Amino acid sequence: MNRLSAENVTLAYDQRVIAEQLSVEIPDNSFTVIVGPNACGKSTLLRALSRMLKPSQGRVLLDGQVIQSMPAKKVARTLGLLPQSSIAPDGITVADLVGRGRYPHQGILRQWSAEDERVVQESMAQTGVAELADRYVDELSGGQRQRVWIAMALAQQTPLLLLDEPTTYLDIQHQIDVLDLCAELHEEQGRTLVAVLHDLNHAARYATHLIALKGGEVIAQGAPNDIVTAELVERVFGLGCQVIDDPETGTPLVVPAARKARVRAGQPAVTEAS
Amino acid sequence: MAPRGGVRALRGPGGASVRLDVRALVVVVLLMAAAFAASVVLIGTGDFPISSGDVVRTLFGEGTAGQEFIVNELRLPRVLVGLLVGASLGLGGALFQAVSRNPLGSPDVLGLGQGATAGALVMIVLFSGSAAQVTIGALVGGLVTGALIYLLAWKQGVHGYRLVLVGIGVSAVATAVNGYLLTKADFVDAARAVVWMTGTLDGRDWNQVWPLLWLCLLLVPLVLANARGLRMMEMGDDVSHALGVPVERVRMLLLVSAVLLTAAATAAAGPVSFVALTAPQLARRLTRSPGPNLVPSLFMGAALLVTADWAAQRLFGDGQLPVGVVTGVLGGVYLLWLLVTERKAGRI
Repeated sequence: MNRLSAENVTLAYDQRVIAEQLSVEIPDNSFTVIVGPNACGKSTLLRALSRMLKPSQGRVLLDGQVIQSMPAKKVARTLGLLPQSSIAPDGITVADLVGRGRYPHQGILRQWSAEDERVVQESMAQTGVAELADRYVDELSGGQRQRVWIAMALAQQTPLLLLDEPTTYLDIQHQIDVLDLCAELHEEQGRTLVAVLHDLNHAARYATHLIALKGGEVIAQGAPNDIVTAELVERVFGLGCQVIDDPETGTPLVVPAARKARVRAGQPAVTEAS
Repeated sequence: MAPRGGVRALRGPGGASVRLDVRALVVVVLLMAAAFAASVVLIGTGDFPISSGDVVRTLFGEGTAGQEFIVNELRLPRVLVGLLVGASLGLGGALFQAVSRNPLGSPDVLGLGQGATAGALVMIVLFSGSAAQVTIGALVGGLVTGALIYLLAWKQGVHGYRLVLVGIGVSAVATAVNGYLLTKADFVDAARAVVWMTGTLDGRDWNQVWPLLWLCLLLVPLVLANARGLRMMEMGDDVSHALGVPVERVRMLLLVSAVLLTAAATAAAGPVSFVALTAPQLARRLTRSPGPNLVPSLFMGAALLVTADWAAQRLFGDGQLPVGVVTGVLGGVYLLWLLVTERKAGRI
């Protein structure tokens, strides 16, 4: 049995239902990527998996236990999350921010152990921000800042790490940079990663397990090579395309059809994602 | 290497470790010294001046009988109320600002002072109540206002901006109620009400000291035990949630504590303006530390209030002023400075 799963969950904000009877398994030691059009419920699913949102029905299980019933700090030592919205406090240094990732391992009598210090150094080294340790987070570029937040999540030392759109707002080179870092964490440290990504081609290249969502339902899941086809893209995103082999990696590469071809096929030039 | 330039870790046997911010510690010690010095000077001030040396000797039980009466019975309670009110406002302000993640999210702006004033005015104007009844009225007014703000701002959790906006709305309503009550008051009650509304420490005795002291002894440890969670909450609800902070519980507990501290301080001395707003910000600028700076804010509030009370008694010749006037002037200037610098930094 896998460590993290959602069983028949209904996810809703107030009265607005995002997903009903949704079941998802996160394979252990996978780099799972969740994709889908805007408002398909992918971030909502991630929030539910990280016990940020309580399902109105069904349950999320972590190591066989209902995640809501577990002590908050215990969950935080098993499952980390890099959310979209995070605030760097005014005047905080990189080392201090990364150090805050140690919170779930600390207590009133164990505020800053030698182990904490070692893990923080290690996390900064792994994400390549060690030389920025004494710089203020406000002064960093977007790409550097994202690395610092990832370092903070790493310092939490969780076998499972969830990332909500970690590449949003970054330039293309920093997007690849962050994804390479994720792949490294997955391959070299054996962590289970779950990320929500916008770019289907990034997802297909980096994921070992892909979950395609639409309207709160899983349309397909599996290895990108097995499931990414022109039909799937059409069905999930409503976009006509060709799927070819990525010349670099051999993974599926989605090439959207030219506008004229789509008009001929009777598709509107711009598809409104539902 | 330590987690930050000035932060050290003290490690003991059995894996125990304590995080120590050296600069914050120095700031706290200096603020304690400043509060003590201001208190000694304030106790020595009055119609029968006593030298600072004699004040200290008397405090340690070695003064003459006359000095002991003046110091221990007449002036010490007033100073202690000042210290406790300042400390409560400083700590309460720091909590509010940290929870709302907004330097303007302090009790003055949120309308707790106005709410407590409404409670006091009801007692003064409608019932011509005794001093004790006015105090209870203010306490109830503050607590009801706090509960009202929390309930109105609660929507699947309380968020910073909503808290500030709802607070400003509640504050406006309370101000209107206060204005109405004042117009209904007769001449004597109105004069009494206006003095109360400015915030004053005149005529405070041991009866005001004890309840405030017990409340602080109860709440300060409770608040500090949750300070680490609050430090995480600076990074946003999602991040602190992910780190295992029970966000809503910590926030509720700290807000209730902050409302209690502020309401009790206001009940004891009236709505002394701007201490809750300025103390945390001044403390933060001295410690240069991110984080809520709870302990530095507490001592900054105490030092600020006693110094302002001394200034109110001495700086304006014979005519003594209520302490609230001085903190109002200082705080107003500070608020303008804050708005100008934040504007330059592009944050507002």
